[in-house]
Amino acid sequence: MKDLSKYDPEWLKKALRDMLLIRRFEEKAAQMYGLRKIGGFLHLYNGQEAVAVGSVAAVDLSKDYLLTSYRDHGHALAVGMDPKSIMAELFGKITGCVRGKGGSMHMFDVERHFLGGNGIVGAQIPIATGVAFKQMYDEDGGVTLCYFGDGAIHQGAFHESLNLARIWDLPAIYIVENNHFGMGTATKRVSGVEDFSVKAAGYGLPGHVINGMDFLEVYEGIKKIADETRKSSTACLIDLKTYRYKGHSISDPAKYRTKDELEQYKQQDPIVQLKAQMIEAKLISEDDFKALDDELKTLVQEAVDFADASEEPALHTMYEDVLA
Amino acid sequence: MPEIQMREAIRQAMDEEMERDGRVFLLGEEVGEYNGAYKVSKGLLDKYGDKRVRDTPITELGFTGLAVGAASVGLRPIVEWMTFNFALLALDQVVNNAAKMRHMSGGQIKVPMVIRGPNGPAEYLSSQHSQALHSYFVHVPGIKVIAPSTPYDAKGLLKTAIRDDNPVIMAESELAYGWTGEVPEEEYLIPLGKADVKREGADVTLVSFGKPIYMALKAADQLADMGIDAEVLDLRSLRPLDEDAIYASVRKTNRAVVIDEAWPVASMGSHVGWLISKNCFDDLDAPVEMVSSEDVPMPYNHTLELAVQPSVEKIVRAAKRVSYKE
Repeated sequence: MKDLSKYDPEWLKKALRDMLLIRRFEEKAAQMYGLRKIGGFLHLYNGQEAVAVGSVAAVDLSKDYLLTSYRDHGHALAVGMDPKSIMAELFGKITGCVRGKGGSMHMFDVERHFLGGNGIVGAQIPIATGVAFKQMYDEDGGVTLCYFGDGAIHQGAFHESLNLARIWDLPAIYIVENNHFGMGTATKRVSGVEDFSVKAAGYGLPGHVINGMDFLEVYEGIKKIADETRKSSTACLIDLKTYRYKGHSISDPAKYRTKDELEQYKQQDPIVQLKAQMIEAKLISEDDFKALDDELKTLVQEAVDFADASEEPALHTMYEDVLA
Repeated sequence: MPEIQMREAIRQAMDEEMERDGRVFLLGEEVGEYNGAYKVSKGLLDKYGDKRVRDTPITELGFTGLAVGAASVGLRPIVEWMTFNFALLALDQVVNNAAKMRHMSGGQIKVPMVIRGPNGPAEYLSSQHSQALHSYFVHVPGIKVIAPSTPYDAKGLLKTAIRDDNPVIMAESELAYGWTGEVPEEEYLIPLGKADVKREGADVTLVSFGKPIYMALKAADQLADMGIDAEVLDLRSLRPLDEDAIYASVRKTNRAVVIDEAWPVASMGSHVGWLISKNCFDDLDAPVEMVSSEDVPMPYNHTLELAVQPSVEKIVRAAKRVSYKE
């Protein structure tokens, strides 16, 4: 068992709450998809909650930035976006965080320094590198967290970006959310290496491995790395090993893996683990957890009610948000 | 008024805007120590240092995407593509990111960046290095595209583009960098989306942009000798497009020839031709003609490569056809 005594109990409760909110939100989103309230792609984050919540807890989004791929609901909630605006976006309503223009793949909140929500595999990596360029240019002490999946690491955009970050001393933290499958293809079938952190050496950058199934390990790992990056303005690559419980997207039954494998990961569930650690440390009780869960289920239901009651975008809005 | 080369006009625009605004920086292959593959950025590294003039590795996708990211958080990058032929590697970043960041974010983000470099056929370069690819970019909502034909226009348009809060792509021409023209010493700006009548005429409208404008002007001289008074309309900006200027000219002359050095299929030229046919149908005395490149990859052989492209002779013939004088 981990020693939780050095952490503020309220801070730990918030982490547990943030992860559980993501889990309940995603479960509800899947349900709403079944009711055809949501269309298109829906890439769920179940199982990966510790990654977004642990890393966001480790940085300062008043100066740091965060960009991810299309599996973005977890990050959106982790940075503190209102579940109502996210659910309304999934419903395609004008009250959605991007006015019904983006849907599941394109959550953005510029005020919270969350720059999406990017749909092309790996294409956010150069963008994040450019955000880190601005931080270097302004010497503002910020770092940029750039998340992408293990499928994206083979794109040229990854290669070009890490080299640019190295030669220009950009404070970018490249995080492979390694859930071991690029859509339905197991990593080992398409990658020459299974430990992605070794790739960093090819760019003269440090590489790290972090267990993404444990909130505190993610938090401590990212915190240390972010502090180093802030000081040295040297980018790095992190192989953050995690697992998604659901298919690649909602339409994927995930027949390419065994039930045993899935069950094995569920034994290390980030929410179950943190809950157990906190109960062991007597920071919460089973009843507290149940009450929290009920509260979050209500919160998510309120998000659905809000999305349902919201207006469709007016037709003229299609011409808006194209040019500044 | 001083007469300067096109490359100097572009350099002046970048220099003046970099001096005015510390958020503006230049990046691209060979833009710094080498002073630009076509010497367009000459002296800028010495003046602004390597923080603001950045030699990149040969990674068009990477540095174009980096510029999109930097622009999304408030810098104002100028990207130099060594040629548009290499820009295809960066197409994803232009189409899916530069043009979409604002849309995907529901209007939260603006992307004030300029991408510029030579486009269109040059000489003896064969099929991979001699292509007019502007139509690829004009097709996409969320970006602006300009294509100047004179040093005066290049400087005025580029300065405006650098101040614009949207991604603007400027298609230049390798063969036109040495062209000279008058450029005033005092500051001026040219708005995007305004065409310019380069020669007034009453009998036929020659609509073009970029390098072929000079062919159109020469063709107009030859046509004058044949008693045909041609108007040459320089679009200057392809998106936004000054449709009113096109229609005003065609409604005056009742005849139109569109010249675009790109291939004929799904091109800027074919789009302008369709617009004229649709919106000036009752004013036209002849079907709209288009002079484009032949629908083939560019050959190396000089005779063949010239035959592939628009020429003064082809424009004259087309103008005579719409005037029923051939």
